[in-house]
Order: sequence, then structure tokens, then C-alpha cells
Amino acid sequence: MKDKSWKPWALLAPSLTAVFFLLVVPICFVIVYSFWLRAPSGADIPAFQFGNYAKFFEDFFYPSILLSTLRVAFETVILCLIFGYIPAYFFYKTTSRFKPFLMLIVMLPFWISFIIRTLSWINILGDSGLINHLLLKFHVISSPLAMLYNEGAVIMGLLQYLLPFMILNIYVSLDGIDKSLTEAAKSLGCTEWQAFKEVTLPLSMPGVSAGCLLVFVLTCGTYLPPMILGGPGNEMIANLIFKRVIGTLDWPFGSAISVILMVLLMVIVYTYNRYMGIGQIFKTLSNES
Amino acid sequence: MKKFISGWSLIRLFTLLVYIWMFTPIIAVVILSFNPQQFGSFPMEGFSFKWFVKLSHNSTILDAFKNSLVLGSCTAVLATGFGVPAAMAFIRYEFRGKEFLNTLLIAPIMVPEVVLGVALLLFIRWLQQPKSFALLLIGHVVLTLPYVLLIVQARLVGIKKEYEEAALSLGANPFQTFREITFPLLAPAIFAGMLFAFTISFDDVTATLFWATAQNQTVPVKIFGMLRNSISPEINALGTVMIILTVSIPLFAGYLARRFAKGK
Repeated sequence: MKDKSWKPWALLAPSLTAVFFLLVVPICFVIVYSFWLRAPSGADIPAFQFGNYAKFFEDFFYPSILLSTLRVAFETVILCLIFGYIPAYFFYKTTSRFKPFLMLIVMLPFWISFIIRTLSWINILGDSGLINHLLLKFHVISSPLAMLYNEGAVIMGLLQYLLPFMILNIYVSLDGIDKSLTEAAKSLGCTEWQAFKEVTLPLSMPGVSAGCLLVFVLTCGTYLPPMILGGPGNEMIANLIFKRVIGTLDWPFGSAISVILMVLLMVIVYTYNRYMGIGQIFKTLSNES
Repeated sequence: MKKFISGWSLIRLFTLLVYIWMFTPIIAVVILSFNPQQFGSFPMEGFSFKWFVKLSHNSTILDAFKNSLVLGSCTAVLATGFGVPAAMAFIRYEFRGKEFLNTLLIAPIMVPEVVLGVALLLFIRWLQQPKSFALLLIGHVVLTLPYVLLIVQARLVGIKKEYEEAALSLGANPFQTFREITFPLLAPAIFAGMLFAFTISFDDVTATLFWATAQNQTVPVKIFGMLRNSISPEINALGTVMIILTVSIPLFAGYLARRFAKGK
């Protein structure tokens, strides 16, 4: 048997090189830049100081955006859970002969562009959108209701973006449950509800928590729904980064906010991994095809 | 029993309502794109293809489409070209630091896209390179690589190592073994990975907005730019084209895969 130990490394070389130079190194640059100074002229000056972080925490403006991001993410997770579990359970339980078609419907939202799904809410909630149009037509109201550019609209957009992830995660986890377990519970005298509560629900928890984590992380990293559907007060942490980097070209401060966001998410993912294991998410993602 | 039936019908009704809620805005986009009226809103005042015709005369949009298609295809090819060998390494070989490296290659999923966008742009700026098509391409490869890896790995676990070993012991060289044994068995996963990479690349806007320029736009970036002056019937029409395209590609691919499987 000749020595083949170089082989896996040869196979891995392209991806490792790509991820190292295009992910690891750039993120190190973000960390380094977050300590740099920005000259009034706009030039970046290499330095090692914590001014950018101090600036973030010096008054309540930035931390309050951080807090409201966490609040919106938390609300989105809860709503996704409520509106996601029941459909996932339906797709798991249904014996309809249209099941392949129903599964297609589960996947369909993933194939529709995120930006279109987000802006589509303008057609529904806007001043001349569907809801106002119908209410005006039937004389329920005399002037359009302002439903856009507030937190509700942002959450609508986020929910529509993220609910499919939650449903898929819970469905995959439910689908892995041995159906004879609930049969056994029922034959031992459990009602349908008891069998669900005692057997199915606990066994679906890995999918539930994986879905929650994914929704939380994705909410924290997106700026599009607040930008398109939100008002000035609905900015989230990712909007700050976008504005600093693309708008004012303040790289050091933008980098510092990025680092704060990454550290926050790392703490959350680490805590999650500690208690739940990260494997479930990857299991579902590889099922998405 | 009667109670269960009413419980089940409630579940069905709830699911139906959730999906009506989810698809109503999308259907509204499609319907409004046929509204000849100037402001792209309700009520419908007739039916016309005029916004689609107008789109087809808009050269920047056509360029964006061409860009998106080329970018998506290149991304799909590169991401699978990188991902498939890596998946082989993880599933077929034992080596030090495997767990860690596997996590590292899947890490881009867990990095917020906005940070990914900033990081790569910052790096390119430090290298004093201009934003270009190449930047979009490498960025999209990093974005999609983890998905390709996960899909191919999941499939490879299910392919018995014995087939490959048999081919090798019968005198095939490793490359022949891959071409004749592993590749045909793995083809559905490679195909799925490419498709997935293509759709992610075609759709992506969060990170792409950092990397794109006026000359190198993708369709979603173009839509984002058009949104600056509120929603217009043209955006709805462009949205409709995107929806038809991104939904029909996987459907068609699935159909082909099924026919292919039957033909065997």
C-alpha cells in the first residue's frame, strides 16, 4: 500500500485556497481595519486604537439600533415558529395524493428572488396597494391607511423571506420521525393530541431550534427589508454597515460595526452549538436540493 | 374521532391561509405587470404587454440579464469544480483536522452576508484592484461553495466505497474510476449543486450590492437601483420575468432528471 496521504489535500486544495483567501483573510482585514483611524479627508490611517468601538458605545444611538435588531430578530423567530410549525406538520401528516405537488409549493418560495418578494409588499401595503384599494372601494375608509415604512411592514418582509426556511427545517425533522412511535403511543391509549405533545413535538425539537437559529442569524445579517419597507426609525445593524461602507466610505467604523455583529452572532451560534449541535442545520440545508 | 377531524381541518385551513399570505404579494406583482396604467398600482385598467415591450428595449436591463446569466453559470461551474473534489476528500479519506476543515468550508453560510460583502470589498480595495466581474465571480463562488459541498457530501455518503474499490482492483486507474463509477452515481447531486449555486448567484443581492458597479450589474442589483424612484410597472414586469425564469429552471431541471431516471 503506497502512501496516499497527499491525496485528500490535493482534492481539498482549490476550496481551501478559495475560502482562505476570500473569506478568512478578508475577515482578518475587517478586524484589523476596525482599529484604524479615519482622517477628516476620508483617508484611512493604520493605527491600533479602540476609538471606533468607543464611538459605537459612546451614546445610546448605535446600541439602541443593535438592541432593536435583536428585538426584531426575536419577533421574527417567534412569528416564524407560530406560522411555520403548523404548515410543516400539515406537510408531514398529509396523505393527499397531491403530496409531490405540495412539496413543490414548500420549495417554490426559495426559487423566487428575495428582492422581488420584498418589494412585492409595496403592492399590497402601499397607499395605492391592494389592501387600501379594496378598503377605499368598499368605503370602509376615506383616505389610505399608512401601512408601509414601519416596523410591521419590515417584519412582514422578513417573515415572508424566512418562513420557508423555518417550514423546511421543521418538516425535515418531522419527516425523520418513525411514524410507528405515534402509532404505539395511540395504541397505548393516548389521544391524537397527547401523542403529538408527548412524542412528535419533542422529537421535532432539533428542527425547531435549527430553524430558529437560522432565522435569527439571517435576520441579523440582512438590510434589504428595512431599507425597502421600513422608515427612518426601522434601521437594523446591517443597514448601518451598508450606509457606513457604501454611503460615507467610513471603512474603519463600518469594520468595527461588522466585528460587533460577528462577535454577537458567534456568541449566539456558540451557545446554540453547545446545547443543540450545529449538525441539524447542515442536514436541512443539504436537503434543500 | 370527530374532534380529530375538526382539528385536522383547522390545520389544513391554517396552512392554506399561510400560503395565501405568502403568495398574494407575488401574484400581485405578476398581475400588475400587465396593467397598462402609469403608476403600477391597483385598480387594473386593462391588460397589456407594454411594460414587457419597454423592458426588451432597455439595454441596461438586457445587459444586467446577460451578466446575471453568465455570472450564475460561471459560479455554478466553479463552485462544483471546487466543491466536488473537496466532498470526495471529506467522505473518502481520513486525515488530520478533517472536522475543523469541514466546518471551515461550510462557515460562509454562518457569516452574515453583509459582513462577507464588506470583507471581500475591503480586501480587494487593499489590493488596489477595481471592482470587476471577477470580484462578483469569486464572491459568488464563496457564497455558493458551502451549499454545493453539503449537497454533494450528502449524496456521496450513500454511494458505496466498494464500487470504486472493485473498479480499482480490476485495473482501472483513479481517474477512470471517477469517470466510469463515481461520476455517474454522483451526477444528480452535482447537477443539483450546480442548479443551487446558479439560483443563489442569480438571486443574491445583499452581498452583491457591495461588489457590483454600474457597468457590472446583476438583475437584482438593477431592480434595487430602479426602486430608488418608487415602484413602477416596469419593476413589476421585470419581477415577473425573473419569477418565471427562476421558477421554471428548477422545474424543468426536475422534469429532465425524472425523464432521465426513467429512460435508464
